[in-house]
Amino acid sequence: MNRVLNRQPGDSILGPNLGNRPALSRRAFVRGAGALVLSFSLRPALFAQTGLPGNLRRQPELDAWLRIGTDGAVTLFTGKVEIGQGIVTALAQIAAEELDVAVARIEVITADTERTPNEGITAGSTSVEQSGAAIRQAAAELRHLLLERAAARLGVDAARLDVVDGVVAERSESGAAATNVPTLSYGELVVGAPLNRPATGAIAPKNPSQHRVVGTSVPRLDIPAKVFGEPAYVHDLRLPGMLHARVVRPSSYSARLVAPLSTAATLRMPGVVQVVRDGSFLAVVAEREEQAVGAARQLAGAANFEGAGAVFDTRDVSATLRAASSQRVVVRERVASSPMPAAVELAADYSKPFLAHASIGPSCAVAQLDGAETEKPHLSVWSHSQGVFGLRSALGRVLGLPEDRIQVIHRQGAGCYGHNGADDVALDAALLARAMPGRPIRVVWSREDEFRWEPFGSAMSFHLAGGVTRDGRLAHLSSELWSYPHSTRPGREPNLLASWHRATPLPSPAESTGPLSSGGMDRNSIPLYDVPTLSVIAHPLLGMPIRVSALRSLGAFGNIFALESFIDELALAAGIDPLRFRLQNLGDPRAKAVLEAAAHAAGWTAPAAAASSAATMGRRRGRGLGFARYKNTAAYLAVVVEATVTLGESPENGRPSAIELDRITAAVDAGQVVNPDGLRNQIEGGILQAASWTLFEEVKHDGERITSSNWSSYPILTFSHAPDVRVEIIDRKQEPSLGVGEAAQGPTAAAIANAVYDACRARVRDLPLLPRKVRVALAARG
Amino acid sequence: MAQLIVNGRHYEVAVPDPAIWLLYVLRNDLGLSGPKFGCGLGQCWSCTVLVNGIPVRSCVMSTDFVEGKAITTLEGLGTPEAPHPVQQAFLEEQAMQCGYCANGMILAAAALIDSNPNPSDQEIAAALDRHLCRCGSHGRILRAVRRAAEIARQRIAG
Repeated sequence: MNRVLNRQPGDSILGPNLGNRPALSRRAFVRGAGALVLSFSLRPALFAQTGLPGNLRRQPELDAWLRIGTDGAVTLFTGKVEIGQGIVTALAQIAAEELDVAVARIEVITADTERTPNEGITAGSTSVEQSGAAIRQAAAELRHLLLERAAARLGVDAARLDVVDGVVAERSESGAAATNVPTLSYGELVVGAPLNRPATGAIAPKNPSQHRVVGTSVPRLDIPAKVFGEPAYVHDLRLPGMLHARVVRPSSYSARLVAPLSTAATLRMPGVVQVVRDGSFLAVVAEREEQAVGAARQLAGAANFEGAGAVFDTRDVSATLRAASSQRVVVRERVASSPMPAAVELAADYSKPFLAHASIGPSCAVAQLDGAETEKPHLSVWSHSQGVFGLRSALGRVLGLPEDRIQVIHRQGAGCYGHNGADDVALDAALLARAMPGRPIRVVWSREDEFRWEPFGSAMSFHLAGGVTRDGRLAHLSSELWSYPHSTRPGREPNLLASWHRATPLPSPAESTGPLSSGGMDRNSIPLYDVPTLSVIAHPLLGMPIRVSALRSLGAFGNIFALESFIDELALAAGIDPLRFRLQNLGDPRAKAVLEAAAHAAGWTAPAAAASSAATMGRRRGRGLGFARYKNTAAYLAVVVEATVTLGESPENGRPSAIELDRITAAVDAGQVVNPDGLRNQIEGGILQAASWTLFEEVKHDGERITSSNWSSYPILTFSHAPDVRVEIIDRKQEPSLGVGEAAQGPTAAAIANAVYDACRARVRDLPLLPRKVRVALAARG
Repeated sequence: MAQLIVNGRHYEVAVPDPAIWLLYVLRNDLGLSGPKFGCGLGQCWSCTVLVNGIPVRSCVMSTDFVEGKAITTLEGLGTPEAPHPVQQAFLEEQAMQCGYCANGMILAAAALIDSNPNPSDQEIAAALDRHLCRCGSHGRILRAVRRAAEIARQRIAG
């Protein structure tokens, strides 16, 4: 029986981990806040407040978000985390704007299970929409309370008060800053007089036309430490008495450690403190880091992992996916009441391979177990997880510890781009901390393990068919897609690597024969174009032969690559300029506006002219378009790629084929922009990362194990291949902010493929877009 | 005991084996956070330090090999009060996302403009090409290095 996939794309990765449990314990509050702060009571949020914006609904207590010290310092608490996307700065700007304090006065505390609101996972381009909206409202209400109090003390109507950097004073008649009038600072207003209120939603935040901080390019708060080499990452955490550990992983997904294992030789190595084995989970703890690395290498040689590997043929991803067991799910189906006759009919198949997050810094965590001998042990875990509350739940389940005995504290890692090994290494550290109570244990993954064990972005296969009417309208479109799941984040189900390897293992999603989460694969599978007759069918694949989970934009990267390539194919088959074709089939004016802005900025001209003008010396230039509204609910983005294709005969004859990206121009509409430079940074980065995925990347597997294990077997984009990227922003101050962090991924892939076709008439439908595939496509065309 | 000169200071470091990789000594014995462990294979250059002004990969460099040589880490390049031109330019261009690779980028750029005060775009890209960035900050980093060269020239002229 058919069922409808979840139409709220954000839910699939946010749902399981958001709850209404109290965000702060009394102990954490007293310890974290001291005596100097405004003291709200910490009532648990027993019921959701439905009229409040963003995540304020989940945690309405104002002081769960913002506290003001008697020195006027503002502490902002967010459950979202910095992953290089600049969210800490954007949220500080929002709070500074509403409170009328300088950004520099704000300290931001990010996800900590004992200190901050539970805001689920930092994913899905939702932080400004959810956390930002909550902070804006909380700050507006806090300012209102402070002004009420100031009005009473100053004997002035609150409506006559102004705030300049946290100092309240009566506005002068002229409206100019008054001199010699009594003032009260926020710090003075909170001395000895607690405020206590949940948000009401009754206070309106500023009108965006009054914004002075939001909408400006405030420099990122986290960058200076990173420029001067100060400790900034979980990798830089150094605790007294800390020991270093390394894990020895099985040789493949299904291999297991065969007993017995002699550890005597390892234990005799200098600095080795302990070898920990629990089933096939094997690790070594040492005084020094290099001793742990060396001992792990020795131990790996001594360990005998046995078992046949998973069977998955990555040579023809599409065929393998379509042959696998799957369900059939109708994502969207509609039939026009009066079908339009199509003058052009086309069908095509596309695919994308498994892609690695391939963080530049391997996964790392530090854990410490205190009070192990008491009735109240406390496990502290420092982690770069994107979801510290979900991780706490998962750790509790694996370790058999109540959640209130576990504190997960976020520390930055290298960019993760989704669910990588961050959560897994936290369990590694926790298991070893339990084996070595009282000592902080630091675990870092090797580069090889980072590649071999991270959950990849799933490979996908697509079949599209469509028709265009005589007057250039889309008459009908149908698509089918095949994919493994796009989110298996820890939470309700632990899904932590070491839990599968222990003597008493928890079930891994790989062993599942039923459907896993289908959320994410259908992201952006429904076109934003006006299509009278539409059919989108998803085939969620059962089981998980290769470990997969959330990679930036989930299924949207593949869906948009396929759809926007196909839209170009339809346009060209109908003899219509791809820009014009898109514009005449889109009803949404904001969608049209980004397409027109990108095309204008790139100097879009008829593709035929562009192709012929530079076709010299076997080097052909072309340009291509790509467009999407991310999730069909978040930011609009259009991108023009200009590329040069060099048509060599073969790599051996000294004139290899090559695809060079010359210039990329994007236009984005993300509603109200909090930080324009931060937005540009995200889009530029998303475009270049997507270019890397599109041109170079593919996780390889030999049928037994992952063979992409380092940067030479998994090459990525480098400086000599990085084009100039220009980003135009359409700032709509009166529109709500829209998530933007993942908006560039899909459109960029399609624009590259469309530019390559424009350059040399070779249509490559299987990523990565390697030069040899261009040659094959040309040969097939004859 | 290893004799090291790091950021202008002399250190006698009690290491069990003087042949261990320099990265571990800098991070764990000297408590420096600038050089990063990225791959341990000499492929990504996150662990870059300057040895006598030349960028080297500290994750595959024996500590005893650099004894007595001038080692510069990111911490030794400049301070918030007196930033190196490359550090100033990285701040002005906001030239990073996660910033994990920035250590290697900044040190390689410092070495480049030290030997070539007016590098072309191609020379900058070539000097950085072996440095991996996963966030896609390449364009900003290239702009920052161009700007750093300008700042350095202005400082000399000024």
